[in-house]
Amino acid sequence: MSAPATKGKVRGKRSGSSRAKAPRSLFDHELLVVTGKGGVGKTTIAAALGVAAARRGLRTIVVEVAARDDVTRALGVEDSRRDREVELAFGVHHTSIDPDDALREYLTDQFPAPLAELLSASRTFGYLAAATPGLREMLTIGKVWELAQQTRRRDRDKPYDLVILDAPATGHGLAILTAPRTFALAARLGRIERHAAIIGELVSDPRRTAVVAVARPEELPVNETLALERRLEDEVGLQLALAVANRVTPNRFSAPDARALQELAPSVVALAARRRHARARAQRAQVARLRRGLDCPVVSLHDLLHPAIDAHAIRSLAGELGRVL
Amino acid sequence: MSVLAERLSGKQVVICAGSGGVGKTTTSAAIAMGLAASGKRVAVVTIDPARRLADALGLGELGNDPAPVDLARFADAGVEITGELWAMTLDPKQTFDELIERLSPDQRTRDEILSNRIYQQLSGAVAGSQEFTAVAKLYDLHASGSFDVLVLDTPPSRNALDFLDAPDRLTSFFEGRALKVLLAPTGLAARVVGRGTGVVFGVLQRLTGADLLEDLSVFFRALGGLVDGFRERAEGVKRLLVDPATTFVIVTSPEREPVEEAIFFAGKLREAKMQFGGLVVNRVHMLGEPGEKLPDPTLVAAELAPQLGESLAAKVARTYGEALGIATRDVAAIEWLREETGEQDPIVVPELDRDVHDVAGLVAIHAHLFSTR
Repeated sequence: MSAPATKGKVRGKRSGSSRAKAPRSLFDHELLVVTGKGGVGKTTIAAALGVAAARRGLRTIVVEVAARDDVTRALGVEDSRRDREVELAFGVHHTSIDPDDALREYLTDQFPAPLAELLSASRTFGYLAAATPGLREMLTIGKVWELAQQTRRRDRDKPYDLVILDAPATGHGLAILTAPRTFALAARLGRIERHAAIIGELVSDPRRTAVVAVARPEELPVNETLALERRLEDEVGLQLALAVANRVTPNRFSAPDARALQELAPSVVALAARRRHARARAQRAQVARLRRGLDCPVVSLHDLLHPAIDAHAIRSLAGELGRVL
Repeated sequence: MSVLAERLSGKQVVICAGSGGVGKTTTSAAIAMGLAASGKRVAVVTIDPARRLADALGLGELGNDPAPVDLARFADAGVEITGELWAMTLDPKQTFDELIERLSPDQRTRDEILSNRIYQQLSGAVAGSQEFTAVAKLYDLHASGSFDVLVLDTPPSRNALDFLDAPDRLTSFFEGRALKVLLAPTGLAARVVGRGTGVVFGVLQRLTGADLLEDLSVFFRALGGLVDGFRERAEGVKRLLVDPATTFVIVTSPEREPVEEAIFFAGKLREAKMQFGGLVVNRVHMLGEPGEKLPDPTLVAAELAPQLGESLAAKVARTYGEALGIATRDVAAIEWLREETGEQDPIVVPELDRDVHDVAGLVAIHAHLFSTR
């Protein structure tokens, strides 16, 4: 197979067969959770998916967790304040969830204002909230759920067609998805338990929530992605909807080319070409491992060789994703 | 002597920090190997190593204590280890359990905590427990005196600082008002038992149900008996982190985000008066020898065309041009690191053509880390 043919192509393990579980496009879900090992380009892919969805006319918001602002920075917006939903380039919206803000918002929604204020100001309450296991994750996913509602908590907030969560690195990203279940188990009664159950319905329904795993075509990220698919099924009851092999070096040289390269006299030029060929082959083997090991489609995105991910790079990745999704 | 060997000489604790995906685990293992090769008794504490690296180090599923690494594997790969090399993979849950066991004043308190549902979730799943248990384990191993040097691989995190904060967070938790509020005679624990009627408590009960509150109060009451032990431990850990015999090695790749994280972390180390023992830049794309005059990429195609044909020559030229671009970018990244961290001798490990997750890979990384060039 020549390099250009692999560009952006989607192939499932059972390509061609009818896939009863995925009758719809990825963008027909309410929530996309983008996850993967640190440093694989998760934020970039979340932003690119957002741009691709916005191009289809979907009102889309990309959500970051724990006061990171990588998406806004990549899209060239500097002054995004946390806890605000702002429109970035290409019609994509963005917000960053802070669990403390989310708690305040939840209390305001649940209780009359004076009581909500009393609770927010109460030290005892603050300590207990901080000490309650999984509460931060629960509040985070609760806010994500709220963003996905067609009727928002505050009248001034407009609904979205699609929410894209840029989840923390794999282990912790899964903790966010399992939080509703964990929490429902811990608080067996009470209002939070009911809310946890409602949120749990969203994040464990494959028709409403899809998980996208991002991996570099290297051994460790591929291993982790294979493990993620199993854990998602066991712990959340979701199947991986899509895997993105990110920053793949395209195979530029054919087999006769490679033989000719071996004949070249040693030089930095020959070395660069031979290394490139070896790397492309090793990466192709890793992408093949992903395809063999996963039940979901795998998209392979070329390394753009951009020194830093900027709006231009994201637009170009969004174009590639848009063509195949 | 290599830069790294010089920097690590006399150190008893080496902590490898940096953002995820930059080769921290492999670097930690290779540093441990290098120190063991120089005759030291070394233990490396890894967190979530790749399967084959774990196999290479002989790390099975067993135990939460260092096990000896089979040195014959390294001898076969050409590295003679004259000291000792031990390795372990941290099990956060088990480390936490062990700590509770050790600090509990009596059997009943211990059982009460270990069987509490709040504790079971707190110790296992919650973010941050890895950071805390990693330093707790480090502290124990250091106190045991069984090793000359401990090398610690830090948990994968986007924010390496979580690690530095871990003991502080714990101390402030125990010294803060949370426990006092909860443990006071009129505090929450008492109110749960007495079915108190305070507004906050009433609201909490409506929110979470009484079960969770009861679990919490039992947990905090039992934990109350461990406060002094925990505080002492957290202070000990903090002392260990700032000890002159403890040093941090910052690991990064030449990509923008890890570099920014490395710069930030170096600044924080300085602020916290902790030792900055060296900067390792992994996966650097190098082309030619330093100072070598490299061919002009615009001339390469024409030069190669007679031998390779025009089409292949153009592809080779394009590939070379890209490689040159990346190599230039990496040189700039290292320069940026130098300026911003003040580290004049960063240790550069090139992107290796081969896979690094086995003994031969470790040996290759080791050769670059401890290079005397």
